[in-house]
Amino acid sequence: MKPTELVVISGKGGTGKTSLVAAFATLAAECVLADCDVDASNLHLIHHSELVLREPFSGRVRASIDPDRCTDCGICEAMCRFDAILPTGGNGSSMAFHPTVNPHLCEGCGVCAWFCPEKAIDLYDGEDGHVLLSKTRCGPMVHARLGVAGENSGKLVGLVREQARELATMRELDTILIDGSPGIGCPVIASLTGADMALIVTEPSVSGMHDLKRIAELADGFGIPTLVAVNRWDVNPQLADEIETLAKEQGLEFAGRIRYDNAFSRAQLEGKSVLDIESNGLADDIRQVWSVIHARLDGMNQPEAL
Amino acid sequence: MKLAIASGKGGAGKTMVATNLAWTAAQQGVKTAFLDCDVEEPNAALFLKPDIENVIPVHVPKPVINQDVCTHCGLCSDICRYNALAVLSDKVLLFNELCHSCGGCVHVCPEHAIHEEPRLVGHIDAGHAGALKVCTGVLKVGEAIAPPVVKAVKQQAGDETLTILDSPPGTACPAVETVRDADFVLFVAEATPFGRHDLALAIDLAQALKRPFAVMLNRADLDHGETRRWCEENGFRVLAEIDEDRRIAEKCSSGELVVDALPDYREVFTKLLEDVVAAAEITTNERVQG
Ligand code: SF4
Ligand code: SF4
Ligand code: SF4
Ligand code: SF4
Repeated sequence: MKPTELVVISGKGGTGKTSLVAAFATLAAECVLADCDVDASNLHLIHHSELVLREPFSGRVRASIDPDRCTDCGICEAMCRFDAILPTGGNGSSMAFHPTVNPHLCEGCGVCAWFCPEKAIDLYDGEDGHVLLSKTRCGPMVHARLGVAGENSGKLVGLVREQARELATMRELDTILIDGSPGIGCPVIASLTGADMALIVTEPSVSGMHDLKRIAELADGFGIPTLVAVNRWDVNPQLADEIETLAKEQGLEFAGRIRYDNAFSRAQLEGKSVLDIESNGLADDIRQVWSVIHARLDGMNQPEAL
Repeated sequence: MKLAIASGKGGAGKTMVATNLAWTAAQQGVKTAFLDCDVEEPNAALFLKPDIENVIPVHVPKPVINQDVCTHCGLCSDICRYNALAVLSDKVLLFNELCHSCGGCVHVCPEHAIHEEPRLVGHIDAGHAGALKVCTGVLKVGEAIAPPVVKAVKQQAGDETLTILDSPPGTACPAVETVRDADFVLFVAEATPFGRHDLALAIDLAQALKRPFAVMLNRADLDHGETRRWCEENGFRVLAEIDEDRRIAEKCSSGELVVDALPDYREVFTKLLEDVVAAAEITTNERVQG
């Protein structure tokens, strides 16, 4: 049976999404964790993970100019739409010197290589990061590390998802818990693609509201059931109410509220699960939200009654 | 001077710092522009509340194929490294969302059957909040590729003495596009293990792009000085620290500027502005001379 994939997203970063995913993983019976926040993956910091496997990942090719073959005609520089080619002498040196490619800016389109009359440009696989497999106390976790200015985070997210699916099938685990990427661009689109259910973690602030509308619109395009939870609701109870109303108006399900407590940060510092840390009812809030989600997931895991 | 305010991860307080710094500068009479380059989630305008005078559309070139002239030779799909073109026996299909607008297909087509037309991918809200110029880049929902919108926002910089760029979080292409030609980068990080982990990645990026930078710690008292010590040990300059304060969370949640709502923080931002400008000037001079 195909495992059920729950993706947790937030639009804006810093709403406590990763800490919640970690807490849910503790509450779920066995599941596969997938950290798709490949830009700044943190889930492994919570779960004391133990690295099992590490595979390099190339998101795009890069161009490189062979100075021995290059005749300085300037065609490549003129054709590169991404300002990735520095012209002769472009690095500030006054000495005669060939054009060079800045690997951080090169988009790997290959246009320069195609049109170079001397065939002086080669394309090579860039090192854009690693896909990692780790063991945690809640089950296996697939995560990734994107290299500096690495690309293509959307593709890397796709790879993480694929490996998580294979693992789940192999080990007969029926739930994949995905820590999604922030924003609304390519990595989050890749996080949502193929997921069965989305949970948006938001916070009661004008920016949280603003981002919720944008991310809900995106999730809506995928046509999957979408739930909303408000973190730190008591920072602004009035906005928390507005978010709940807005969510319901937009046809989203409301999964509940979680109070403001720096127990998340304390748990991080002590290297513990937030559920094991003394707090003022925070753990109960999290259990409550998880029970709503869990009930929904269970419904999906059961074959539809005929 | 172009000053980018960046962070390894969203939610560290980057927009809070960027908006308060820009507001402080403008109130001192410094001619300042604020460019919100966090085009996936642009939030700064919620705090600065500018009057919008202009909505500028952002387009990217999109190839358009003249099916009447096309001979289905397949060259355009050969050159396209993003699988955005499929040549069928009777027509050529373009998948917009995969196209990077590299122009390869246009140049390669032997029949000159491909030309480019603008395709809307976002817009810029341009205006002023008092004397402060504010431009916000907004990526259209459903569009995957943010850098063209970031580039367009950056072009809004004029003859201001100070330009503050609110960078997208992280280290991927939208952040690279924002930070690549900034004169100085100020990283905002939370003093937690997450914060430190993400700060290290963000600093790697600044170093790879050869940008001078410094750090400002938010919620600095959380880890009892561990992140500050880590910065010192690694030679990263910490310009300012703000301790955890629920009042800041509350004021930010309703869209208020900290320097307006909590006067006790004015001094912190005035001093941070002085220090960051001084640090940027020193590194700029060093580069000119070195
Ligand atoms: S197109 Fe080829 S020969 Fe011409 S400058 Fe570029 S690398 Fe050199
Ligand atoms: S591969 Fe494309 S982006 Fe890279 S240098 Fe060549 S033309 Fe520029
Ligand atoms: S390169 Fe030009 S002629 Fe050849 S298939 Fe493409 S559009 Fe048609
Ligand atoms: S412009 Fe570049 S990316 Fe777009 S279809 Fe043409 S070759 Fe492909």
